[in-house]
Amino acid sequence: MQIIEFKNVSHGDILHNVTGSFRQGRITTFVGPSGAGKTTCLKHINGLLSPDTGAIYFKGENIDSIDVIELRQRIGMAFQSAPMIDGTVYDNMNLPKAIFGETLERERAADLLQKVDLGGISLDQPIKTLSGGERSRVAIARTLVNKPDVLLLDEITASLDYRTVKEIERLIVRLQQDFGVTVIWITHDLDQARRVSDDMWFLRNGELIEFGDATFIDESDKPMIGRFVRGEEL
Amino acid sequence: MTFIELMTSLIFVAIPLGLALFLKLGLERDILIATVRSIVQLLIIGYILTFVFESDSPIFMLLMILLMIGAATQNIIKKGDGIPGITWMILLTLVTVETLTMGLMLGLGIIPFEPEKVIPISGMVIGNCMVLSLLFLNKFKDEVERSDEVIELILSFGGTPKVAIERSLKSAIRTSMIPTVEAQKTMGLVQLPGMMSGLIIGGADPMEAVLYQLLILFLILTTASISAVMVGYMAYPRLFNQKLQFVGLTDRKGNTT
Repeated sequence: MQIIEFKNVSHGDILHNVTGSFRQGRITTFVGPSGAGKTTCLKHINGLLSPDTGAIYFKGENIDSIDVIELRQRIGMAFQSAPMIDGTVYDNMNLPKAIFGETLERERAADLLQKVDLGGISLDQPIKTLSGGERSRVAIARTLVNKPDVLLLDEITASLDYRTVKEIERLIVRLQQDFGVTVIWITHDLDQARRVSDDMWFLRNGELIEFGDATFIDESDKPMIGRFVRGEEL
Repeated sequence: MTFIELMTSLIFVAIPLGLALFLKLGLERDILIATVRSIVQLLIIGYILTFVFESDSPIFMLLMILLMIGAATQNIIKKGDGIPGITWMILLTLVTVETLTMGLMLGLGIIPFEPEKVIPISGMVIGNCMVLSLLFLNKFKDEVERSDEVIELILSFGGTPKVAIERSLKSAIRTSMIPTVEAQKTMGLVQLPGMMSGLIIGGADPMEAVLYQLLILFLILTTASISAVMVGYMAYPRLFNQKLQFVGLTDRKGNTT
């Protein structure tokens, strides 16, 4: 079943007539060269950007007709640099609740951190003392506070060491299985995309060249995809 | 002071000019321009004030205040680049601050309705409002550029623009007000304020000068807080669109940066 669908979506000079869909409960990776429009696509899904033309559907409903605050609570996003507010680990975990004047129970915060393998960390630890990998995990755990249907991940492992990258990959696969959440994940690492993907979107210069079951990346007869896989100039 | 004495005082311009030349600071041109401009502007204002005081007309007084507001607005709008509609926001802030402070002072009988009192005090209020707005806009734009990821993060959780930018806004308001508050803490200990010194040099009773200076200090505190808060709360919604998306600062051509 499709959970999100793009129909003829264009945005400035960045996206051109993108039409494609994402299957529910799957991990879909965005791959393609730099400047392909991957982050712009991702931001359209939770309403941080809007198409100039075309439409995006969430569970069959045009997202323009869904209350944007509700949409953003149902579609969580983890950013590339794992931005944090000043304060403690708890302050950051509590952020999705605090912005509505609510409070996240400390037990639930600890439980979510446990799920991202940060069980040993103190909620009162200053966020600045965390390593890059730990911050990425906190960012992922924080997106789970709102119990989203969809998790958007923008190059969350880009600046991490190999071991941490593998741990986070395993974590995301496990979270997807445990929570049944749909994951849409931008990665510049094609091997990572092969390891974690059920489906893939291949973008170049704002155009969706191909999408579907991830096997297409190695089986496609499109020369452009072949060149990308071999690391050649596109 | 005579014109000859004024010309003699130019020695105090020659010193920084000589230093700038000797150390090749590249400031010679700016020092000369600043000196000539200050002489010309102050002499003109001196003649205008003499005329306005002698005419004792509320219309000339009002025109003088409007002129000061216009000049202050012109000075600030360059710093507001990137925030659409900043000109009218600054104008509204200056008019509000001037109306509020002058209305209270005249209404409560703190100062008499005389050009000799209203115009200089208005000048200080408007000038301070201008400096505070400049400081605030500088800091606010820095904060917005530095915190754009956190702003988008909060929006991505469903936060409103107000919640998303609250940290940057409050930090900019706080930072722009700190110099005013800190300066007041050391007032009279480290430095004698300009207005009080001027009154004493002019022959006024030191206690009367102190009372006027205290009035100005309290006014400046009010001016500082209202300026930063007004400009800030009017400016931040322009960084977002109706779909609660972060548009950010825009360049002169209207493109987002």
